[in-house]
Amino acid sequence: MSVPLPETSTLGESSAGSTGAGETATADGAPRPGVQVGDRIFAGVVRLFGLIVLAVPALMLVALVFASAASIRRTGFSFLTSSRWDPVHEHFGAWPFIYGTVVSSLLALCLAVPVSVGLAIFLSDLAPHRVRRPLGFVVELLAAIPSVVYGFWGIFVLVPVLRETVEPFLIAHLGFLPLFRGEPLGFGMLASGIILAIMIVPTITSISREVLGAVPDTHREAALGLGATPWDVIRVAVLPAARSGIVGAIILGLNRALGETMAVTMVIGNRPKVSASLLDPAYSMASVIANEFAEADSDTYLSALSEVALLLLGVALVMNLLARWLVHATKQRMARGA
Amino acid sequence: MSARRPQGLGAGSLLAPSAGERWRLWRSRFFTGLCGLCAAVVLVPLLSIVLYIARRGLPGLSLGFFTHLPRPVGEPGGGMGNAVLGSLELIGLSCLFGLPVGVGAGLYLAEVGRGPLSRAVRFTADVLGGIPSITVGVFVYSFVVVPMRRFSAIAGALALAVVMIPTLTRTSEELLRLVPPHLREASLGLGVPAWRTTLFVVLRTALPGIGTGVMLAVARVSGETAPLLFTAFNNRYPSVALDRPIASLPVQILTYATSPYKDWQDQAWTGALVLVGLVFFLNLTARVAAARRFSASRALPPDAPSPPTDTDDAPTLEAPHR
Repeated sequence: MSVPLPETSTLGESSAGSTGAGETATADGAPRPGVQVGDRIFAGVVRLFGLIVLAVPALMLVALVFASAASIRRTGFSFLTSSRWDPVHEHFGAWPFIYGTVVSSLLALCLAVPVSVGLAIFLSDLAPHRVRRPLGFVVELLAAIPSVVYGFWGIFVLVPVLRETVEPFLIAHLGFLPLFRGEPLGFGMLASGIILAIMIVPTITSISREVLGAVPDTHREAALGLGATPWDVIRVAVLPAARSGIVGAIILGLNRALGETMAVTMVIGNRPKVSASLLDPAYSMASVIANEFAEADSDTYLSALSEVALLLLGVALVMNLLARWLVHATKQRMARGA
Repeated sequence: MSARRPQGLGAGSLLAPSAGERWRLWRSRFFTGLCGLCAAVVLVPLLSIVLYIARRGLPGLSLGFFTHLPRPVGEPGGGMGNAVLGSLELIGLSCLFGLPVGVGAGLYLAEVGRGPLSRAVRFTADVLGGIPSITVGVFVYSFVVVPMRRFSAIAGALALAVVMIPTLTRTSEELLRLVPPHLREASLGLGVPAWRTTLFVVLRTALPGIGTGVMLAVARVSGETAPLLFTAFNNRYPSVALDRPIASLPVQILTYATSPYKDWQDQAWTGALVLVGLVFFLNLTARVAAARRFSASRALPPDAPSPPTDTDDAPTLEAPHR
């Protein structure tokens, strides 16, 4: 999918002419006047669109830095560490949001990774061929459901189930852990972790499946030849080769969880407090922007929220770079090894 | 390879499998079974969501839902006409902004660009796809809403366009690359200028594929809520004005879903049903079209040059997650 393709040269010579780089090729043989001009205009227009794509994230970064400059100057580093978020007294500390985002996303990873990787293995190596395509499609439908619908479902189905069965059970049997103390409210970190897990399963599955599919069949055949069982093949021959690509897929999943807004906002409980318990309501970076940005009444407030957005963007950029590099490197290594 | 019958086991021995081999066999069955179980686990939330939405949303589904305006709480009837209209306008406008840029950048990557600039554009498109959509909203807010001094349909559409551009760019690039080179060569051989060849032969050939890419992009964008919250905002009345706040289905669902009134919640379920129905329909159609085209492209004569992209993950149309 969206991993940079190697530069393949399937283009005719003509397209070299239209890049403006190899104009000599067409200029040599008496060109008709209109031809080159048309090519140049076309290349220019198309390049402009390419530059727009290039410019959007850069502009975004600039806009957010600009918008949050006041807040950065005002609060400095304590913005990240203070856990008091008090718009009325203009005291802004984003730690509860950072904590909420990180913990809910990690919780989602813990729940989603085993299922996604298992499913990816099933889809790439184990499932009967007739099942693979429909099942892959079903996974993609899961990715297509809008986030607001997930949140809605979360409020009316997931939260009641958590409140009435799961959380009382956890409190009764695992209540000695600080993770499971408190009241069974339903809304809270646990609910948002579960919703996020459902939402990132498709991401991790489809990219892992791609990486697993890129492992050369010779690996599998070699293992089978040595007397491996189907599981041995996966364990010995497939997974080690695909490991870093799967890690990349997991990071892309994490990236999606970190930026997810609506579903989390609807079930996390929206309380800016740090609590060790997963049952307590919490808040996330994306949620605080969604809830308060349109109502922020002072410039300082707006600037503080912009700084939260800037943080979110920065994290997303770093994660993306890392994950793409991992997935890309794995695929390339396997293409070379094949 | 068959999952049921491990060929390797005990292949050399004529004796019954040893205890160690039996252990390995059972372990293999256990873990492969576990992987199958993962597939079942994933089906549970999907089924639960779809069934629950259908159960709660179907009773409210009527023509009036699409045409009537919201009524005050307690009054029966009413619909989400304003939101349906608003969503249609927002999607149309975002296509207007996003399509030329997305497909143009795809053309640039597939046909024109070489070297570091094109690599940078391709990479940026991927990264842009992974940016949280809420930050897109903040970005458009500071670039469009602040100078205009009001929430507007145009700001909402721009935010949605930013969300759809990466999908469009990457799909159109990949589909343009799938066009067999001999078509281009034939056109060039007839003396057609390169740019006309690109537009009227290569792009024309890839167009159905790009169309399905557009469907997927629209499917993704039509459910987006976060970027609209402080760009398009919301509107209780039907509006088509570009410089006014405008309602949209996802934002309306959000408002009604989190309200304490049962009437509104019921309406929100119907809205969710409509939205999910639309998104599934778009995905399904795009999938079917892509699968059909893919099997057609497989049927090329054996000496035809194979498409440059890796043919294993078929139609190159991926679900909206990057």
